[in-house]
Amino acid sequence: MSIRPIFAALRKHKLAAGLLALEIAVACAILCNAVFLIRDRLAQMQVNTGIAENELVWFSADGTSGDAATPIVERNLAALKGLAEVKAVAVVKSLPLSNNDMNFNATMDAAGKVSTPNMQMLIGTSGYLQTLGLKLVAGHDFSADDYAGIDAWQPQSSSMMVTRALADRLWPGKSALGQGFYVDKKRYQVIGVVDHLVRGELRGIASEYVALCAARPSENLSSLYVLRVDPAARDRLVREGSDMLIRLNPDMLISQQGTYGELRSSYFASDRALAWLLGVICVALLVVTALGIAGLASFWVAQRRRQIGIRRAMGATRGDILRYFQIENFLIVSFGIALGMLLAYVLNVTLMKFYELPILPLYYLPIGAVVLWLLGQLAVLGPALRAAAVPPVVATRSV
Amino acid sequence: MFGYYFDLALRSLKRNKVLTALMVVAIGLGIGACITTLTVLHLLSGDPLPGKSAQLFYPQIMPDTRSKTEPEGEFTYIDATNLLREHRADRQAIVVSASVKVFGPQAGARPMSLSTVATGNEFFPMFDVPFLYGAGWTQADDDGRARVAVISKTLNDKLFGNASGVGRSIRLDQWDFRIVGVLNAWRPAPRYYDLYGQGAFASGDDVFIPFSTSRDLAQLYIVGNGMDCWGTLTDPVHLENQPCVWLQYWAELDTPAKAAAYRDYLVHYSEQQKALGRFQFKAQPLTALPDLMQWLDKNGVVPSDVRLQTWVAFGFLVVCLINTVGLLLAKFLRRAGEIGVRRALGASRRAVFAQLLTEAGLVGLCGGVLGLLLALAGLWAVRQQPAAYAELAHLDLRMFLVTFVLAVLASVLAGLLPAWRACRIAPGLQLKSN
Repeated sequence: MSIRPIFAALRKHKLAAGLLALEIAVACAILCNAVFLIRDRLAQMQVNTGIAENELVWFSADGTSGDAATPIVERNLAALKGLAEVKAVAVVKSLPLSNNDMNFNATMDAAGKVSTPNMQMLIGTSGYLQTLGLKLVAGHDFSADDYAGIDAWQPQSSSMMVTRALADRLWPGKSALGQGFYVDKKRYQVIGVVDHLVRGELRGIASEYVALCAARPSENLSSLYVLRVDPAARDRLVREGSDMLIRLNPDMLISQQGTYGELRSSYFASDRALAWLLGVICVALLVVTALGIAGLASFWVAQRRRQIGIRRAMGATRGDILRYFQIENFLIVSFGIALGMLLAYVLNVTLMKFYELPILPLYYLPIGAVVLWLLGQLAVLGPALRAAAVPPVVATRSV
Repeated sequence: MFGYYFDLALRSLKRNKVLTALMVVAIGLGIGACITTLTVLHLLSGDPLPGKSAQLFYPQIMPDTRSKTEPEGEFTYIDATNLLREHRADRQAIVVSASVKVFGPQAGARPMSLSTVATGNEFFPMFDVPFLYGAGWTQADDDGRARVAVISKTLNDKLFGNASGVGRSIRLDQWDFRIVGVLNAWRPAPRYYDLYGQGAFASGDDVFIPFSTSRDLAQLYIVGNGMDCWGTLTDPVHLENQPCVWLQYWAELDTPAKAAAYRDYLVHYSEQQKALGRFQFKAQPLTALPDLMQWLDKNGVVPSDVRLQTWVAFGFLVVCLINTVGLLLAKFLRRAGEIGVRRALGASRRAVFAQLLTEAGLVGLCGGVLGLLLALAGLWAVRQQPAAYAELAHLDLRMFLVTFVLAVLASVLAGLLPAWRACRIAPGLQLKSN
């Protein structure tokens, strides 16, 4: 079947066909970028924090002040450790994805000439590596002597660990063990390397730039209690743990508490909401486009009833009529897709200016095209079948 | 005439129910998405203090050398108290906040974690803060580091029921404060006066105390959430002489002339500090004086996701409109015969045009009603989100009107091209072919 008569007919409906193609083009551009955004957010939500997420329970309290802080916090930790199904306990400065971190810059040399990138410092009490479930890939854990005091905000012990990502950034191609950096003239030396650990908030490439230090509980390290527990007992231990803390410290204020899963889920709440909204709009976009195609096709069928009848009377089969409308739709959608790919790219470049987004991968374009072709064919099927059902006798009747 | 067109439009729309429904659904979906996202955007980017925001300014200076282009967003203790003492604006106040452990007067009550703002007595008149009982503290209280507090209506209701709490006392950590005033309901969104506190859309503050007192009781640790140090921090509690910026500062300047004078004053102040050896800059000091709305803009108070979703919703509306243009075009051109008869009977092109646009507008009106319902459902869904601003997302009267204006405007716009094409139909040809 020749395409030329279809082109000729389309030229008669330039405006309507052009509008349909434009609608498909804009839909294509929005769809490609929306799906890309959704996948980008979903990928971020898969981040590996490096800790034993489904075994952790935490309590954020107002902290204990004064010199008595050390024995009081140690007593609290011992009491929490005594609860059934608790494997390990510690107090830490912050948790991954808690939107709360202590960031600092150090220098690679004592003179303070070469600075490091911005990093997070995580400080924790005895055994916090096991409590969080961090995996060491080199070196050894802190020794008992490393859990010393804190001056202003800096741990007194010079032993520290770094994440693998930070080690690769600061000492590429070398073993990080024994290396060090300076914070206000004080040298910190690497004794171990941790596989993965994410900061309080995601910061792209710097998301895992964490230095880990050790300290004993004190005024400056007394508010965030973390328990590693049997996953089945998590909810019970959130309740029992906070009851225990309040019983031991009647004036303690626990502002937040929960399982780590809840904390992680709330960090990504806005990403999830955006993904949902974009998803709903994508579906609505497909529905509206399909309805638009079907509506316009129905009109054309009704308008051309007589011509269809004449064609049928002159020997065209039902299949010919059906294919005519299908090919016509295919042509219009193809025009739309060609324009849509260009628009999708322009939109992507515009979005990249305002948001941290990579460039749209090329394979989105053929997938988007196939989806729209299928949608077009599906939408036109009903009207096309109705057209094919027009009896040849229509040709002999006047309007 | 309009009534007649309206009647014709109704008849025409009834004749082809499926097509009409298609157009109404398309416009309804587009409008619903736009109004939902616009309401959220409007909520987040609106003027929190209309009528006064242009007189409120946020001075900025540069006490260190970290940036060559942007002055600091916060103040050191020394600079903030210097500006406060020199008192060059009509009103001014330091603002800094934190969560503080608060005990009510009842014995044995559990402590509460309450957002507490440390500021000056001019804070209340400067931001038009409404009082239910009592009033703000005085300059003498600021100077004397008095232990006085102003509390929110919510906290007053919680602690004292319907009675006034003025004269009673509350305990902040381990210190007793006398209540001198109770605010009436006041929850600006965003919390424009304290962007370095606990989030621009956090629920309101419950306790206000003099800044001077908060420094006296440094253990309360009211140091905000954005402390930023460029040198060695030797004492994280007593920040008076630390190389850190951590305070916010607001100035009310009632006339443009005063604002211009204040700009000069900031430059002059910086030069004076350079002479004292505190500031280091080469030629010109870095200073700025954004007004309230500029300050919100500078700090990116509106989450970028909210702008993004608004753009996506408008893109969707565009698709819906192109859809409607196509359908209206088909519909109007199908009626070529009818239009031909009307033209032959003496109707001017303008009359036909008006008739067709009325029909398009009617589709828009129906789409608006559907869009309104969808927007109400959409906002309900937004309120189920855990975002801090979620509970504020309600359709106000203005957005209600915007819905219909937008819907009718959009559909009339969509009808322009089809109506123009339809009214150009030559009547003779149509009559002949019939």
